[in-house]
Amino acid sequence: MNKFGTILRYTYFSHLKSKSFIIMTAITLLLILGLTNFNNILNIFGAGDEGEGDKIAVLDESNTIFAPLQQSFTAFDEDTELVQHTGSEEEAKAAVKEGEFEAFVHVALDEENIPTATLYAMEVSNSGLVNQIQQALSQVKIGLIAQQANLDQETMQEMFLPVDVNSVALQESAKTEEELSQARGLVYFMLFLIYFAVLVYGNMIASEVAIEKSSRVMEIIISSVSPITQMFAKIIGIALLGLTQFSLIILIGYTSLKMNQSELVGGMFEYFGLSEVPISTFVYAIVFFILGYLLYAMLAAMLGSLVSRIEDVQQTITPMVLLVVAAFMIAMFGLNDPDSTFVTITSFIPFFTPIIMFMRVGMLDVPLWEVGISIGILMLTIYIFASISARVYKGGVLMYGRTSSLKDIKKAIQLTKKG
Amino acid sequence: MALILDKVTKRFGSFTAVDELSLEIPESQMFGFLGANGAGKTTTFRMILGLLEKSEGSITWNGESISYNKSHLIGYLPEERGLYPKQKVEDQLVYLGRLRGMNKGEALEQLDYWLDRFKVPEYKGKKVEELSKGNQQKIQFITAVLHKPKLLILDEPFSGLDPVNVEMLKEAVVDLKESGTSIVFSSHRMEHVEELCEHLCIMHHGKPVVHGGLRQIKRDFGKKNVMLRADFDLSFLKNVPGVTRFRKFSEGCELQIENEDISQKIFEAIQGKGFVRTFGLEEPSLNDIFIEKVGASYE
Repeated sequence: MNKFGTILRYTYFSHLKSKSFIIMTAITLLLILGLTNFNNILNIFGAGDEGEGDKIAVLDESNTIFAPLQQSFTAFDEDTELVQHTGSEEEAKAAVKEGEFEAFVHVALDEENIPTATLYAMEVSNSGLVNQIQQALSQVKIGLIAQQANLDQETMQEMFLPVDVNSVALQESAKTEEELSQARGLVYFMLFLIYFAVLVYGNMIASEVAIEKSSRVMEIIISSVSPITQMFAKIIGIALLGLTQFSLIILIGYTSLKMNQSELVGGMFEYFGLSEVPISTFVYAIVFFILGYLLYAMLAAMLGSLVSRIEDVQQTITPMVLLVVAAFMIAMFGLNDPDSTFVTITSFIPFFTPIIMFMRVGMLDVPLWEVGISIGILMLTIYIFASISARVYKGGVLMYGRTSSLKDIKKAIQLTKKG
Repeated sequence: MALILDKVTKRFGSFTAVDELSLEIPESQMFGFLGANGAGKTTTFRMILGLLEKSEGSITWNGESISYNKSHLIGYLPEERGLYPKQKVEDQLVYLGRLRGMNKGEALEQLDYWLDRFKVPEYKGKKVEELSKGNQQKIQFITAVLHKPKLLILDEPFSGLDPVNVEMLKEAVVDLKESGTSIVFSSHRMEHVEELCEHLCIMHHGKPVVHGGLRQIKRDFGKKNVMLRADFDLSFLKNVPGVTRFRKFSEGCELQIENEDISQKIFEAIQGKGFVRTFGLEEPSLNDIFIEKVGASYE
C-alpha cells in the first residue's frame, strides 16, 4: 500500500508542477474570472471610452425640450451628463472636435410640435448613444402629445403598465417551467463538466501510460511494483488532480460570481440559477461523475497500455472518445426531450449512464429503482472492466511494436498467461 | 542464499522462448548470461523478476519464490534503457528509489554517492533528455543499484559506453559483488564476461548449450589456441593434421588445435624455417567457444 501511495503522490505532484497543467488551469481560471466579471470589464473599457464626465451638448431652440429630455435620458445613462448649449451650432461642433463634448445634439420642434434631433459626434459607430437619445426623445414626445390631448398623469401611467401573464403547470409531479429551466442550466453545466473531465483526464492517463512505455521506464516501475497497483494508483492520482482543478475552478468561479452577483442579475445567470435546485441533483452529479470517470479512466489506461509510441495515443483512444461524444450528443438531444424512449433506453447502457442518466434525474422525476439499476449495471461494468483492464495492462506494458488495437488486447492477455 | 532456476520453460503460444533452463547462482557471484539475439535472455530475466509468468518450472531465491514484496532486494537494469525524459534526475531517482522501499533521505544520500563516484554530480538537477546517451546509461545504472540490492540483474550493462566509462562501471559491479550482491548479467562482449564472471551460461534457442565455471568450460572444450609470430610465411600450417582453424594476421597467425599434443607437432614443423618471435599455447577464448557452440558469429 505504501508503493500505491508513492505512485499516487508522484502522479499527482508531477502533473501539478508540470507547465502544461499550470498553464491550462490558469487559462481556464482567467476565462472564468473574465466571464464572471464581464460587467466590470465592460465598465473599465467604458470608462476609457466615455469617461465619467462625459458630456453631451444639447442645442434646444424651442427651449421646451431640454428639461424633460435630460430627465428621461438620466434614466438610461447616469454617467453621461446633458448640458444645455447656448452658443451657435458651429461652436458646438467645434467643441466636439476639441473633445470637450462627446457629442452634440441639435433638437427642434417641427410644425406639428414633434421633436426632431440631429446628432453630431466624431464617430457615429456608437449606436447605443443614438438609441438612448432616440428613446429619451420618444418619451418626451409622448409626454408632449399627452399634454396636448389633455391626459392626466394617472391615465398615462396606466397606459404604460405591463400586463401580467401567470403560467400554471397542470401535472403535479412535473417540474414547473421555472424549475425545469433552472435544472436545465445546472444539468447543462454538469454535463459539460463530466464530458470534459472524461475526455481531458482519460487522455491524460492514456498519454502518461504511453509516455512511460515509450520511454521504457515502465519496465523499471513494474519490476518494483505490480502493474495493477500502478494502474490504479495512476487512475486515483489523476482523479485527485482533476478534483483539485475542478475545486479550484468552482471555488474561484463561485466566489467571483458571488462578489459580482448584484451586477449579474438576470439573463444567463438567472437561467443557471443554482439556489433552487434540489440537493439530490448535486449528489447524483458527484456519484455519476466519479463512476463515469472510473469507467473511462480504466478504458483509457487499458488502451494506453497497448500503445508503444506517444503518437499513436490519439488513434487508439478514438473509440473511447467516440463513446463519450455519443453520450454527450444523446444528452444534448435529451435536454429538450428528456422523456423520450430513446433517452430512457440509452440511460441504462453503462457507457452512457453517467451522462444520460444524470441528465434524466436532473430533468425528470426518475423512479429510484431505475437509478439504482443503472448505477448497479454501471458498477458491475466498472468491476468487469477493472479486471480486464488490469490483465491487458499487465501484458500490454511489455508489448512493443505497431499497434492495431483490438488484436493487441488479445495478445496482451495472452502475454500474462502461462503460455 | 542462491538464485535457483529449476527446469524453467516459457512458451508464447507455440513458440518456446526458454526451454527447461536450470541454473544456480550463488551469493556474491557474478554470473554471465550469453546468447545471440532472441536466445531467451531477456525472457529469462523477466521471468526471474516476475514480469512474465513462467509456463513450467520454478524460480526460487533463498528458497522462496520472488514476488513484489522482495522488490526492495532486487535491482534491474533493463536492456531497453528507460527513464522519464522530462523529469529531473533527482526527482525520478528518488521516486524509483521509494518504489524500491527507500525513504527520501536514503535515496538522496545514495544518489549523491553514486553521482560522485561516476564523477557527474552536476547532473542531479538536470533533465534526463539533456544528458548524452552514455551519461543516461550511468543514471540508469544508478537506478538499478541505488537501493543496495542483494540480487542485481544487468541486461547488457556496458553497451554504448566508451572504454573509460566501461571501466568505471566494471569497477562498480565488482565492488557490489564483493559486498555480497549476486549479479546476473548478459553481454554481447565476450571479454567482459571472461573478465568478470566465474560462472556462465550460453543460451541458444532457449536452451543452455554451455553451463558452468569459466575454467571448467574452457577445460571441457578441449581445443587450444597456438599463437605464432614469425618472419616467414606460416600458411603451410593449415595442413598440419589436428589444426581446426587458421587465422592469419599481419605478423603471424593464430591456430586452433584439437588438443595440446598438436602444439608439439606444430613446434616441430616450424623448426629451421626461420626466425620465430613468439610461440605460445593459449586457452581458448570464450569467443571461440561461443562460435563453436552457437555456430554463428556473435556480433
